[in-house]
Amino acid sequence: MSNTILVFAEQRAGKLKKSAIEAVSEAKRQADKLGGQAFAVVIGNDVQALAESLGQYGAARTFVADNPALANYSSDGYARILAEAVRRAEPAVVLLPASAMGKDLAAGLAGLIKTSVAMDCVEVALADGKLVVKRPVYAGKVTAVCTFRRMPAIVTLRPNVFPAAQPEPARKSETESIPLMFTAADLKSAARELMAVVTKRPELTEAGVIVSGGRGMKGAENFAMLEELADALGAAVGASRAAVDSGWRPHEFQVGQTGKTVSPTLYIACGISGAVQHLAGMSSSKFIVAINKDPDAPIFKAASYGIVGDLFEVVPALAREFKKILQTA
Amino acid sequence: MRVCVCIKRVPDTAANIRIGSDGKTIDPGGVEFVMSPYDEIAIEQALRLKESAGQGEVVVVSLGPSEAAATLRSGLAMGADRAVLLKDPMKYRDPYGVASTLAEELKKMSFDMLLFGKQAVDDDCCQVGSIVAALLGLPFVGIVTKMEVKAGTATVHRQVEGGHEVVEVKLPAAFSCQKGLAEPRLPSLKGIMASKKKPLEERSVATVEPVFEVEKLEYPPRRAPGKIAGQGAEGVAPLLNLLKTEAKIY
Ligand SMILES: Cc1cc2nc3c(=O)[nH]c(=O)nc-3n(C[C@H](O)[C@H](O)[C@H](O)COP(=O)(O)OP(=O)(O)OC[C@H]3O[C@@H](n4cnc5c(N)ncnc54)[C@H](O)[C@@H]3O)c2cc1C
Ligand SMILES: Nc1ncnc2c1ncn2[C@@H]1O[C@H](COP(=O)(O)O)[C@@H](O)[C@H]1O
Repeated sequence: MSNTILVFAEQRAGKLKKSAIEAVSEAKRQADKLGGQAFAVVIGNDVQALAESLGQYGAARTFVADNPALANYSSDGYARILAEAVRRAEPAVVLLPASAMGKDLAAGLAGLIKTSVAMDCVEVALADGKLVVKRPVYAGKVTAVCTFRRMPAIVTLRPNVFPAAQPEPARKSETESIPLMFTAADLKSAARELMAVVTKRPELTEAGVIVSGGRGMKGAENFAMLEELADALGAAVGASRAAVDSGWRPHEFQVGQTGKTVSPTLYIACGISGAVQHLAGMSSSKFIVAINKDPDAPIFKAASYGIVGDLFEVVPALAREFKKILQTA
Repeated sequence: MRVCVCIKRVPDTAANIRIGSDGKTIDPGGVEFVMSPYDEIAIEQALRLKESAGQGEVVVVSLGPSEAAATLRSGLAMGADRAVLLKDPMKYRDPYGVASTLAEELKKMSFDMLLFGKQAVDDDCCQVGSIVAALLGLPFVGIVTKMEVKAGTATVHRQVEGGHEVVEVKLPAAFSCQKGLAEPRLPSLKGIMASKKKPLEERSVATVEPVFEVEKLEYPPRRAPGKIAGQGAEGVAPLLNLLKTEAKIY
């Protein structure tokens, strides 16, 4: 079996995503165990320097596809480049972050090289030439332990689960360029434009801290209170489906079985009852804080810490105190 | 407009899930099965496309046990014209196995568009649509929240972190549907009655070699029991203390 691990280092606007740093770090750890090397792939426009800098997380070699035509993500185009990197590196495993792009690209690659992806894994282990992964299924109610029978194994990693390595800035990665083997016209689909929502807050799936609101928030305007708490903590703001269905927050901020799966260090649930479908999206958070006026709300069973009380009283007080602490710290 | 929609029978999201005696699959006892919610969105979108075109056909296809016939019937009750059940002799099929089996059957059918759910909410593989599209040589766009079709071209919005991408593709093409695209209709009584008479064809499919196997299912580690920090605003100081000393958040 090959002892190379190939990892897709997702970037946006020349900056590595946090989940990509985690994936590269994990690739290096697995490669070390195999006595092999971690190779990375960077795709985009003006990303050569970024590719070299991946050495700091342990990439020995980085395949770079650097071209203005690659500035926007294309399922088809990016998958073809990644497949070329797979052909050159002949890895045992291909790792990608389980971000929107990482998942889409992993599935695209699987279509091209005719294999399956183990999506959104929380544990990866190589033993006796076999890759064994763990992935939550049935909304996290059970975990599936899966063994690959064919290599390369394609695996996406749940953000915030695999630790990021301490960077060694002096270490540079070797680079190998992958030329564009298609023109824009050859692509079956390409994004014409990216309509970004401008926000200074971290992305929900990558955030270390999330403050979420549910039906108990009583109205869209009251989310300002959660935003204030979130900004004090550098957190993202999420919502329950009840809040989304009421039109208080857009669906992309919904946490749960039919929303996003998040795994932050701290999840603060405000006015959320804790329905199974909500828990499905956030129960792998490291610490959960529940603020709810109903002492019997199921969220308290999932929570590490709770405050029983009116969130309109608790949330502002919490924001005030956090501001004090974090400003003096 | 001829649209083919792939749908999966999954446990109801509120179901209590227990590991079965083989240790590898769930115990279906007492579990209510439904159509995966994103697949309902896909059917709704297909019906709207057909309705606005004023003509066409919506076909629902499912790979699964014979019980998946009921799932297909609920698609027919929403308004789909006919159904195809691919009776699965395997208890578990990995995503490539599902996709290649579906692709093999879809090859024999003709359509302008192929729709999937963004993910099946049982094992959340998030890939069957993309792999089927690749095997059929069709363009694929995933996680679609908006779609406009004009003169054989679909312009869609695809949700990504921090915004959305606008993607244009020529039909035939495949898409996976995300919430927001189309709110699924509830089947009318008339629809339910009519669905019983609509054609539901059963086909047998072959077993395939899996890429990966589920070795076993496990229950996730239990969380340590939580602590109530306090009541109302008075709970704030004790909570901060716990976050500092126990959780070491700051
Ligand atoms: C197929 C399917 C998929 C679903 N997917 C999701 C999903 O992805 N995500 C999701 O979240 N849900 C999902 N749901 C819905 C889920 O079942 C619940 O209905 C939903 O999570 C409830 O949201 P909530 O907790 O905000 O509202 P509620 O259950 O109404 O709870 C509101 C809570 O706020 C508390 N409260 C009210 N006022 C105050 C106050 N002043 N101070 C403090 N607390 C207060 C109440 O005590 C209560 O516990 C799904 C359901 C189905 C059927
Ligand atoms: N057994 C199946 N039969 C029909 N369609 C399926 C099946 N499994 C998955 N799909 C389709 O593929 C989508 C994505 O599923 P998955 O990749 O398993 O998360 C689903 O929403 C369905 O549209």
